[in-house]
Amino acid sequence: MKTKIHLLTATAGAVFLALAAGTAAFGSEAIKVVSWGGAYTKSQVEAFHKPFTAKTGVVVQSLDYNGGLAEIKAQQDTKNVSWDVVDVLPSDAIRGCAEGYFEKIDPAMLPAAPDGTPAVKDFVEGTLMECAVGNILWSTVFAYNAQQFKGAVPKTIADVFDVKKFPQKRALQKRPQNNLEWALIADGVPANDVYKVLRTKEGVDRAFKKLDTIKPFVSVWWTAGAQPPELLASGEVAITTAYNGRIFDAVQSENKPFVIIWDHQVWQYDLFAIPKGSRNVKRALEFVQFATSSKALADSASWISYGPARKSAMPLVGKHWKTSVDMKTQLPTAPAHFNNAIQQNIQFWADHQDELNQRFSAWLAK
Amino acid sequence: MKGGQGTFEVADQAQLQLKLRLSARRSKVTAFCLVLPLLAFILVTFVLPIGSLLYRSVYNPTVVDVLTETVAALQSWDGDDVPDEPVFAALAVDLVKARQEQTFGPVAAQLNFDLGGMRSLITKSVREIEKTSEGLYKPAFLEIDPRWGETATWAAVRTNSQRYTAAFYVTAVDRRFDSRGQVVLVDEDLRIYINLFVRTIWVSSAITALCLLLGFPIAYLMAAVPTRYSNFLLIAVLLPFWTSLLVRTTSWVVILQREGVINELLIWLGLIGEDGRLALVHNMTGTIVAMAQILLPFMVLPLFSVMKTIPLNYMHAAQSLGASPEKSFLTVYLPNTLPGIGAGSILVFILAIGYYITPELVGGRTGQLIGNFIAYHMQSSLNWGLAGALGSILLAGILALYFVYDRIVGIEKLKLG
Repeated sequence: MKTKIHLLTATAGAVFLALAAGTAAFGSEAIKVVSWGGAYTKSQVEAFHKPFTAKTGVVVQSLDYNGGLAEIKAQQDTKNVSWDVVDVLPSDAIRGCAEGYFEKIDPAMLPAAPDGTPAVKDFVEGTLMECAVGNILWSTVFAYNAQQFKGAVPKTIADVFDVKKFPQKRALQKRPQNNLEWALIADGVPANDVYKVLRTKEGVDRAFKKLDTIKPFVSVWWTAGAQPPELLASGEVAITTAYNGRIFDAVQSENKPFVIIWDHQVWQYDLFAIPKGSRNVKRALEFVQFATSSKALADSASWISYGPARKSAMPLVGKHWKTSVDMKTQLPTAPAHFNNAIQQNIQFWADHQDELNQRFSAWLAK
Repeated sequence: MKGGQGTFEVADQAQLQLKLRLSARRSKVTAFCLVLPLLAFILVTFVLPIGSLLYRSVYNPTVVDVLTETVAALQSWDGDDVPDEPVFAALAVDLVKARQEQTFGPVAAQLNFDLGGMRSLITKSVREIEKTSEGLYKPAFLEIDPRWGETATWAAVRTNSQRYTAAFYVTAVDRRFDSRGQVVLVDEDLRIYINLFVRTIWVSSAITALCLLLGFPIAYLMAAVPTRYSNFLLIAVLLPFWTSLLVRTTSWVVILQREGVINELLIWLGLIGEDGRLALVHNMTGTIVAMAQILLPFMVLPLFSVMKTIPLNYMHAAQSLGASPEKSFLTVYLPNTLPGIGAGSILVFILAIGYYITPELVGGRTGQLIGNFIAYHMQSSLNWGLAGALGSILLAGILALYFVYDRIVGIEKLKLG
């Protein structure tokens, strides 16, 4: 009997605690910030969420999603928008803005750089949009597991496509983006002309023809950003495409023998957007202003190797929080990595992703 | 006394009948009230979503609502040449209005599904056509972008010019409307859905066959051994049910991958060399193996429930009458298990045909099923009309299968447990 009562009290206590925690998290002074999870979300929690809560008292609840506008569309269709700030890709930012899913954000409301340069001039060109504010520059790169190579190692995109020299298994992302660009680079198209060539039917044919040559050597087509480091670590593949931050993280925190091939990295950026219908637009905007200040952006680079979207944040970038590596040398924007980088052409992909996705799927299935 | 009893009987009978009717009605109402929550549940979670799926697969209001004038003016277009000035003038009116009301985004997205590049074409034209205040609109549009002078552009607009449309179904079977409004096959390197439907049916059949092959002996064993052993076996069959689907699927990756358990074992046994590691996952093999394991209980349970009711004496009787063990199994036991085989197979097949999480994780390039593409159009491309059409075709296929089953085996013989 006594144990029963104890059990009851314990349960009641637990329920009460859960309820209390629930109300705290869902109170009016809390905002929900949605991002991509993993080490990336951790960098935002450390550099943006915690300092923001310390400064304003507003609780930031962190949620994960897999990108795309489907969830925001569903929330707005049912008039129940529960997200306040979303970390989006440029293609979704453009599309979401045009289709009315996001609030407009006036760049004049963003904080100036420490030296007084207005935000409009401080952000890297193109990272300020009508409805979204850029936060980090990241890139998709090839990376390999050094243990799987004896002697020569792949150094360029052409090497990666050279299956005679490197017959090891590869993994590529299961989407046409980047793969078509790299196929053309490997086929000898200069970086500046890649999208010009891809705009023609012949150019697309040429890219797919080049991809044909490595298709038998690609044993995995990955879909989630966490997969590539796992595939390299388990020995499933020797070379893979990956988000640069994920590989950096595996090298720093798990001492993996992974090497990034920076040749022709394809870079793009993430942005913060505020869904229309958010219950806390004012707080959401405050969060965006705080998180995209030069200092916060520079701080986030201490947690993950993504470059800040503000020029004034670059000199403020410090050391890695754990291993004290100088992060300035690890970012995609480091001069040694950036000389032949390709910027993913958002306009091209906004126009052609529907047909190229279909063609890519048909090609994969063959 | 006798007569009195007679009149009493008549009155009594009438009253009794009334009473009976009342009580029958009362129990009917009670019964209805009891199933009401279930009915409401089915309505909300089954009838409404499926109704909405079917509706979305034919309902395409986006372009009609915004480019109203253009669509009307395009009615008389023959599809051979670029339309004339009235159509362009109507387009200008529509686009200016769409810019004011901020409604051009969804139109650009919808048209882009049918023709790549329409997204930027619409966005650009919306921005620039306002500057044209007088003169002819046709040259103005051609000035903004020469693509307005291509029939393909106008064919895309016309494809979306009906509020209730078959266009999504046309796309779902690898076809499109050309500029004359005829249904034609899409380019060979864009064809995908028909192959996927065929593959989905093929893979689901293979999984069903595999489940039957593996499940039949297990169910037989469970039915044949004493209850305490069969309970243990039942738990063993159900145990995977209590483990998360994602965990089970991921364990298959661990077991089947190139550096995984099976490959290591085969190398250790000397059956394959270091270079001969088998590709067992991230392809169709992976999909079939993982899905067969996940769906196996749905085969075993109906089989077991049927086999439990077949007396073992039947086999003994057949054998004592001179039939060989094989013959008595084939002619006596097997026919008695048919309701279980039918139920298990139909259950596994229907579940398999709509699966998408497992193929997504272990299917790689060649093991993707139609469900993956429905999910893609729901979550990524936001082409919900096409997702609805693909889903409806799948639904129609399953209903057809159910009908065939009813004709051949009889649905009343279905025994689910």
